[in-house]
Amino acid sequence: MIRFDNVIKKFGHRLVLDRFNLHVKKGETMVLVGTSGAGKSVTLKHMVKLLKPTQGEVLIEGEAISATVGKDLQRLRGDFGFLFQSSALLQWMSVGENIALPLREHTSFSDEEIEEKVRSVLAQVGLEDAIWKLPAEISGGMKKRAGLARAIVTEPKIILYDEPTSGLDPVTSRTIDELIMHLKRDLGVTSVVVTHDMISALTVGDRIAMLHQGRVVEVSTPAEFLHSKHPEVRGFLDAQYISSDFLK
Amino acid sequence: MRITREPELYDPPSTATRRLGRQVLIQWKAVGRAAMFTGMGFLYFRYMFSHRNRHEVFYQMFITGIRSLGVLTVVALFTGMIFALQTGLELARYGQEVHVGGAVTVVMLREMGPFMAGMILTASVGSSVGAQLGTMTVSEEVAALEIMSIDPIRFLVMPRLVAFTIMVPLCTFYTDIIAVLGGGLVGYTQFGIPPYLYYDNALIYAETKDLWIGILKAFVFGVIICSTACYQGFSTTGGAVGVGKSTRNTVVISFLLTLIVGYIITRLFYA
Ligand SMILES: Nc1ncnc2c1ncn2[C@@H]1O[C@H](COP(=O)(O)OP(=O)(O)OP(=O)(O)O)[C@@H](O)[C@H]1O
Ligand SMILES: [Mg+2]
Repeated sequence: MIRFDNVIKKFGHRLVLDRFNLHVKKGETMVLVGTSGAGKSVTLKHMVKLLKPTQGEVLIEGEAISATVGKDLQRLRGDFGFLFQSSALLQWMSVGENIALPLREHTSFSDEEIEEKVRSVLAQVGLEDAIWKLPAEISGGMKKRAGLARAIVTEPKIILYDEPTSGLDPVTSRTIDELIMHLKRDLGVTSVVVTHDMISALTVGDRIAMLHQGRVVEVSTPAEFLHSKHPEVRGFLDAQYISSDFLK
Repeated sequence: MRITREPELYDPPSTATRRLGRQVLIQWKAVGRAAMFTGMGFLYFRYMFSHRNRHEVFYQMFITGIRSLGVLTVVALFTGMIFALQTGLELARYGQEVHVGGAVTVVMLREMGPFMAGMILTASVGSSVGAQLGTMTVSEEVAALEIMSIDPIRFLVMPRLVAFTIMVPLCTFYTDIIAVLGGGLVGYTQFGIPPYLYYDNALIYAETKDLWIGILKAFVFGVIICSTACYQGFSTTGGAVGVGKSTRNTVVISFLLTLIVGYIITRLFYA
């Protein structure tokens, strides 16, 4: 579904992705972990052509997205929902209007249908009360969930989550994990989840990929990941006190 | 066209000549990009009244024009009054103070009206457009629009371009009227010129051509201010400091371009 083929990404002289290879299969949830600045957000941005590889290709269902433009790009991007690390809600619109925006722009739903959809996604992320609030009036965690609601309202086939649970309390984090799993299980969504939260990673992930120095140093199922011998992986797990029998 | 771009990083140039060449190239690209934004903004004018856009278009017209009326009124009134006073005092030395009406009207219509309106709208609305689009760019809101396949040019630039190209000329016309009234007030209270004489004199000197060229200038200023603000906003990098820089650049560049282009237009039509 999403394939990175020897992607190299440089910002000036700074090499962020160094012959990066990754294959996300249809219907699977791929979790990306790695230290801050490892290039996780950069990787996600390549999947929707917000960034272009310096060298190599990013293929979405076999199409090189960096080469597509105009209507083709619009079609490819239409398959994606993207939760930004910074939420990226439009500040002058209420939460409800923000979520309604992609529907208003691209569908011919009536106002009532849109409102119904907006309320239903807000309920899924537990934000029914915030529908008329402006982004500036809600907390960071609420913004995150509003951003998530906007990403899923168009019922995309692929959802990219940039740190969906950072800044959320543990209880809400688990609700979000469940939402991610629900979308995968019941709607067959393909997901890529960037996270620092190992509990979340081990719960939602079908496979976990560890990024280090611009490369994927380990891709494995949660069970294998826990027993990995790779020093970076061990460091990451030990730092969060996750023992190798976590899943049991 | 892609609006969100990663910054282009170059190696530091080795010699002063190279540095100059680099700067010229960068500025030239900037002009090209700003022109693209504007051109595409104009292409989207056909969707101005569509269901999706008309609300935003009217809202932008409101904040660009109507919100600026207060400050415009005060500035225009005092400009007219000061101008009438200064010319009146000089003309009075030759007993020619009746010509105040003509002097104020011609100067306002031809030059000061568009200039004043342009300056005030740059400082108030242009700067806020630069800052708003800049903030949206650095907080990835523009990127989010692009992913949702909502063209930022249609969604953000077009309504502002409509607002500027309509409102700067209207504000100019308004400035002209208020300033001429202010001049008349000073003419009457200071020099004892009866209003009908002031008015007659104004009509003797001022031509319709003056009005139209003033309005044309205002239209061009509107395009300049809007494209500068949008270009600067979308090119913002580096957080809050970057937003401050874009706002400052918007104001400075708009002022300079307004002055230079104003001169060129005057030169074309009057010299
Ligand atoms: N637009 C850009 N211009 C220049 N450098 C960039 C840009 N975007 C990212 N980088 C660089 O790429 C590197 C990776 O950034 P990225 O945002 O992907 O990190 P991350 O893995 O998402 O980290 P975090 O967990 O903190 O979000 C960073 O060192 C950053 O400096
Ligand atoms: Mg990141």
